[in-house]
Amino acid sequence: MTTARLGRVDLLPMVTRGFFLALIAFVIFGPLANLVLWAFAERWYFPNKLPNEYGLSFWYRVFQPRGNALASLGTSVWIAVLTVLFSLAVAVPAGYALARLRLPWRAGILLLFLLPQAVPNMPVYVNIARVFYTIGLNGTVAGVVLVHAAHGLVLAVWIASAAFAAVDASLEEASRNLGASPWTCFRTVTLPLAAPGLIASAIFVFLESLDEFTGTYFVGVPDVTTLPLLMFNASMGGNYQIASITALLLLVPSIAFMLVVERFLKPEVLAMVGR
Amino acid sequence: MQTSPFLRIESLTAAYGATRVLDRVDLDVRRGELVALLGSSGCGKTTLLRSIAGFVTPESGRIHIGERDITALAPEHRGTAMMFQSYALWPHMSVAQNIGYGLRMRGWKKEAIAGRVGEMLTLLQLEGYGPRPVTQLSGGQRQRVALGRALAVSPEVLLLDEPMSNLDYKVRVELRHELRALQQRIGITAVYVTHDREEALALADRIAVLNAGRVEQYGTPEELFHQPASAFVAGFMGADNAIDVVPAANGGWQAANGASGGGSMRAYFRSEAAQLLGQSPAGPGALVLSGTVAQMLYVGHGYRYRIRLPASEVWVHAPERIDQGTPASVAVPQEALLLFPLHEQRAA
Repeated sequence: MTTARLGRVDLLPMVTRGFFLALIAFVIFGPLANLVLWAFAERWYFPNKLPNEYGLSFWYRVFQPRGNALASLGTSVWIAVLTVLFSLAVAVPAGYALARLRLPWRAGILLLFLLPQAVPNMPVYVNIARVFYTIGLNGTVAGVVLVHAAHGLVLAVWIASAAFAAVDASLEEASRNLGASPWTCFRTVTLPLAAPGLIASAIFVFLESLDEFTGTYFVGVPDVTTLPLLMFNASMGGNYQIASITALLLLVPSIAFMLVVERFLKPEVLAMVGR
Repeated sequence: MQTSPFLRIESLTAAYGATRVLDRVDLDVRRGELVALLGSSGCGKTTLLRSIAGFVTPESGRIHIGERDITALAPEHRGTAMMFQSYALWPHMSVAQNIGYGLRMRGWKKEAIAGRVGEMLTLLQLEGYGPRPVTQLSGGQRQRVALGRALAVSPEVLLLDEPMSNLDYKVRVELRHELRALQQRIGITAVYVTHDREEALALADRIAVLNAGRVEQYGTPEELFHQPASAFVAGFMGADNAIDVVPAANGGWQAANGASGGGSMRAYFRSEAAQLLGQSPAGPGALVLSGTVAQMLYVGHGYRYRIRLPASEVWVHAPERIDQGTPASVAVPQEALLLFPLHEQRAA
């Protein structure tokens, strides 16, 4: 008797929960499913709900040695790596200073890095492109890296500052106390302890750079073609297969790195973000 | 033990912003001596320790170790080793790496470091713990590693910042004896910050009681306990009862009861030093206070009574049980009275 009554009571929340889970799954995975279908569709004409014919011929086209997909992938990764290096070169000293030194305009400086995100992207990029054009940075990898870094630095500096702030200051004092110079202390204690946060920020910057589109479009075209630009061109040309395959390619590093980030970004670091 | 001071602090003044934390502090520590800096939180004892280590820059005053003036040196050049309240062990290093860090900084060879780390592990009864990550150790073990890390470099002065405050009472008392034995065996000079009177009395050769950035009294534990120099020190040393007294006809003292004639003083005494009078008469010259038992607490080895007097109240310890509301007289032997002029009380 008791179990039956319990069963009936539990049924309603279970159904509701199942319904919402299904809804969320559809919202998230629906577009992805469409992407996967298109990536393997040989032919797909309008009234049909599913592709007329499946195949891998577009994959061959993407991955053939002369195909520009692989070249763009290379460009994308190269730019992302440079962006990460550049961002870290700025974020490590800046983050450390923001976390440790008593800077008078601390909050202001943190907000300054947020500024590129706060204003509408388009006018900013148009103006950057205009400036870069006059100084010869338009259409160069360096120009694209700078644009990506402007974006990535927010994440990099904010997370790096949080990562350094999460390192207990007495750990550094103990190191100095036992004979370490400021630089040795930073190298042997502060940096290793902040490393997980810094790695996480590097990964965010890498991913941000990998699928950045607008800035690359204004600064890089037509000389620098990254994967998102290739995808854009393909879908504008009605070639949904190429666009979908490129999108799937972009998805791989994103998912892989998200798993890594999840391991590295500890709660005590997250708690310090923006402090 | 040498008599010439080894660590010398002269007129040290330090401030955080507008707040003055240390006010012209003088302190001499002999070689091989353990000195406790005792005081409640905010009295400046930790700031004093951190100025010796080089983490606080004093506004004025000098600090010498031996013949060296270390006032302006960076922490890494001072030759002190500090044990932190939080232990500050590096979580990304093993026990052996933590202990060997200071030696690595001094450019020791790998084998020499390993040898010294082994010695330290034996000394602290941590054999076999070398390769373990410090995150896997218990509180007491971490404390030992922190001590070993500081001792490994054979510092000229060992600085200890409330190293026991994070431990259970039982472990704390045990380690207290160990630490004292170890310090005496090595003969190391040490400065020990604590807010625990019992700990300071048990550990230290000399105690400096700090109050509001000044040294109230500096002396042996016995001196501080029996001859406190001020009302503050008396209170800190456990004389928790205070009562205003005037001279009595028999050459002793009697409660002032509001009257403040010539020669009135404030008397401090410990609850253990007072007697609850039953049938036995008070000794000659004793201060006798009459009141009623207002509260009774059982404390294991007897009872603690709150006795309500006409103008105030006092705490008294007694072995026998007396019911609340009973009239009672308290006698304090003259030698147990710590007397201070009233005006000093107001200043403190």
